Order: sequence, then C-alpha cells, then structure tokens
Amino acid sequence: MAYSDKVIDHYNNPRNVGSFDKGSEDVGTGIVGAPECGDVMKLQIKVNDEGVITDARFKTFGCGSAIASSSLATEWVKGKTVDEALKIKNVDIVNELALPPIKIHCSVLAEDAIKAAVEDYQKKKSSSPAGSGSAS
Amino acid sequence: MLKLPIYLDNHATTPVDPRVLDAMLPYFREKFGNAASRNHPFGWAAEEAVTIAREQCAQLLNADPKEIVFTSGSTESNNLAIKGVAELYREKGKHIITAATEHKAVLDPCKHLESLGFEVTYLPVDRYARVSAEQVAAAMRPDTILVSLMFANNEVGTIHPIGEIGKICKERGVIFHTDATQACGKVPVDVQALGIDLLSLSAHKMYGPKGVGLLYVRRKNPRVRIAPIFDGGGHERGMRSGTLNVPGIVGLGKACELGRLEMQKDHDYVFGLRERMRKRLFDELDYISLNGHPEYRLAGNLNVSFAYVEGEAMMMGIKDIAVSSGSACTSASLEPSHVLRAMGVGEDAVHTSIRFGLGRFTTQEEVDFAAEHTIAAVRRLRELSPLYEMVKEGIDLATVKWSPH
Repeated sequence: MAYSDKVIDHYNNPRNVGSFDKGSEDVGTGIVGAPECGDVMKLQIKVNDEGVITDARFKTFGCGSAIASSSLATEWVKGKTVDEALKIKNVDIVNELALPPIKIHCSVLAEDAIKAAVEDYQKKKSSSPAGSGSAS
Repeated sequence: MLKLPIYLDNHATTPVDPRVLDAMLPYFREKFGNAASRNHPFGWAAEEAVTIAREQCAQLLNADPKEIVFTSGSTESNNLAIKGVAELYREKGKHIITAATEHKAVLDPCKHLESLGFEVTYLPVDRYARVSAEQVAAAMRPDTILVSLMFANNEVGTIHPIGEIGKICKERGVIFHTDATQACGKVPVDVQALGIDLLSLSAHKMYGPKGVGLLYVRRKNPRVRIAPIFDGGGHERGMRSGTLNVPGIVGLGKACELGRLEMQKDHDYVFGLRERMRKRLFDELDYISLNGHPEYRLAGNLNVSFAYVEGEAMMMGIKDIAVSSGSACTSASLEPSHVLRAMGVGEDAVHTSIRFGLGRFTTQEEVDFAAEHTIAAVRRLRELSPLYEMVKEGIDLATVKWSPH
C-alpha cells in the first residue's frame, strides 16, 4: 500500500513525541486502543489557567497512519482551548492525511485520544479541592 | 555493492535462478510446440522436454515419473488432491483431518467440502505450530479418508513430523496428502521413506517460474485415485486436462534438479545467514521472541515478534527491506495471521511479528544491512511506543484496562 506524503512525513518526523508527568494538575492524559487490536495511543495536553492548550505530547503503538494521526492531533490541539480541541473531528484528520478507507479507524482513535485527554484534565480540575487558580 | 531494496520475502516467492531461465527460453522461442502434437518434430521436441522434466521432478521426490501430474501451482494441486480424493472416496467415508495452521489453499477446499456434507477436523497446534502423530492418530475415525498436513509452514517455518504421520496413515489405510510448497528443494522430501501419497509443490517457491507446479499421486501401495477438476483433453493421465505449459514445466524440472543437487549447500549457506541475523537481533534487542520451532524449522525462516512495535509501522521503518508481517494492518482482509493465532502466542505478538525469508540469493551483506536497520527501527519505534514506556515503568500490561475498538 502506498502512503501519502503527509503520513510519511509524520512517520519520519513525528511531532511532539514524549510524555508529561501524568500526575501534574495541568496535564490531561488520554490512552485509547488496545494492544490486541494493534494500536494504542497516548495523547497528553498541558492546559493553562485560561483553558488554552499550551503544549501536547503523544506516544503511539500502531501502524504508520496511527502514528501520523496522533502526531497531527498534537499539532492541531496546541493553541486551542479545550472546547475548541473537542471540535476536531476524525474526518478532518482523514482529509489532511489522505487516509484510505481501511485506515479511518486510526483517525477515530486520534479523535478519541483528544477527548480522553480533555476528559482527564477536566476530571482533575473538578475534583481539585483548591479549585486550582481560575475560579471564575 | 549493496543494491536496494533487499529481498527477504523468499516464502512469498523466489527469484528465478538464471540457470532455470536459460533452460526455459528455447521453449518460448524455436521449441514452442505442443507436447500433445504426436506427428511432427515440434511436438516431439516439446514432449521430450516434458519427459526429462518429469524425471527431474520425480527424482527430487524419489517418485516414479508416472506419478507426477503437472499443474499451475500448489493452490491447484491442493484443490485437486483434496477435492479429487473426496469425490472418489466419498463412498468410503466423509471425514478429513487437517490443521488450523494450513495455507488457505488447503483450508478453503476443506471448507468447501464441509458445505457438501464432509466433516473436517482442524487439529490444533502447539506453541511452535506443530502437530504430533499422536494427535493425528487420535483424530482418526473409521470413516476418515484423508489427512492433509503441510510439510513446512509458510509463516513460521515449522516442520511437522511428516514421517511419523505418514506411518500412522499407512497403518490405518488413510490417504496422506502434504502441501510441501515451502519444503521442496530445501529439506529432503522422500515420498517412499515418509509414506506420502499425495504431494503439492510450486516452482516459484524454489527458484522456478510462477504458474507451474505439480501434484505427486502415488501409483502403488496404495494406488491413489483422484477425480479431475478440469475435464478436457485427458492430459496427465486424465487427472489434469489442458495443454501442458512446456516452458514452465521445463523450468520446474530444472528447479527440481538444482534443488536436489544443491540442497545441502543451499541449506548450510542459508542456515548460516539466518543464524547470523538471529543472533544479532537477539543480542542487541530486548523483548523479542522467535515464532515457530527453534529446531524443526526451515533454514531460511526467521519469524520474530518485536514487542511493543506494530508490524506495519516496522515495515515502514525498514522500507528498503522487503519482508512480511502477521499484523492485521498488512493483510488485505485486516485479519491478523491465523497461524500465529493458532499457536497461541498472544494477540500482541501477532501484531508485532515480522517474517524474514532468506534464500539462495541472499548475501551476508544484505543480512547485515537488514539486521542493522531492523534494530534501529525497533529502537526508534519503541521511543514512540506507549507500551514500551509503560513496561519500562514497571506496569504489567496484562493488568491495564484497555478500550478495544
């Protein structure tokens, strides 16, 4: 199967690879997928007091398209508010990376990873006794 | 000089040996006759070439030339053997024994027969992809008419105890078919010593051309009868009608001759390269495992799971090296390898498996390049792998609650 140039670029030069401290208050972590399905994505966001995602990291076990989808997702969430990030849809990823039909599940997983990371961040915020800063 | 890309997928197909091609060429050009043309020199030349090829094929198998039926390859041979026996022996019984790790060209004809009322036992295999003769014996019933088990597995290279299985089949009067596509020319295959009644092989897996193969059909002790699939001019003693593919058959014959004469040399050479590569991978990488039997295995097969690195991503990382993977992502059907699954190596090991297939024309330089680049790709992809990170943190992946999709 031939890969698009963008998939190959993300595969060869993945953006924002790495990990944040998942215990940190301003970090949201999403882990989706399963090893027995052949793909697991971990996507992390760092959010400031204004609710803006200032940085993101990922690590992915999966095919080239899965790696590219999650790499792209980290690029796209940066600078967005968490609400804006939730509006990223898998079809946007499919279009940007020119994914073939059999790779659409990779983009779905990336969308799920964003959602899971935001959810984790929001859960931390709401359960934080200090209200952590932006209590407006 | 090293020429890229490197071909390490010799279980899928092999390059044609130049000596095979040279033998074939006259039969495309001046000796183009139909082997069935009995009344002119063009036909005689073609028939003579087929006769010689038939002897070369028979010699490789220790068979009689009259027991060789030329076909288009192993898929046809397997269909002819399984369906051909089923049709002619259905009065005797309707039970067939095979194994879960067979090639689709055996499994699918068996499934077809099930739809016609036959009953098929799919033997499970051990973690090395092997069945035992005891398993075969235990599965036999009074109405068993056929046992079909591959000589060597195309994915993991495991070699079944063919001689022991052949002996059991003889004792019980059951016909024994073996798909020896991966084995012929690589390991000794003696139909007399091993008690084989029917055997499939393909030229293109042994440095011959694509589109030609044969079915060995035993003529005595016992005489095996098969119903043809193709009806027509009654070629190949009525078992396979159709004008003979003379250049292909000449190529198959030459490939068999070379396979017989150079088997030991090829084996030692390929085995040496495989072990060189295996040692290097296992010395330099952690969390890797060999799939298939460590001992009863084809010399050219190195099937390895690189934990925490998905197979297709791995293949992208070693794009200058042509290999195969058991990962679902690399198959047209999106189904992961049924062989590795049957071995029970674990779904994650299936997704991370890579098959390196070495052959007669593989060089040490190529193997060293492949090992070096594989190691680099695994290391790079593990830096990207959340699973590797978790394992390094001491998390047991089996205890993690995943979200399968």
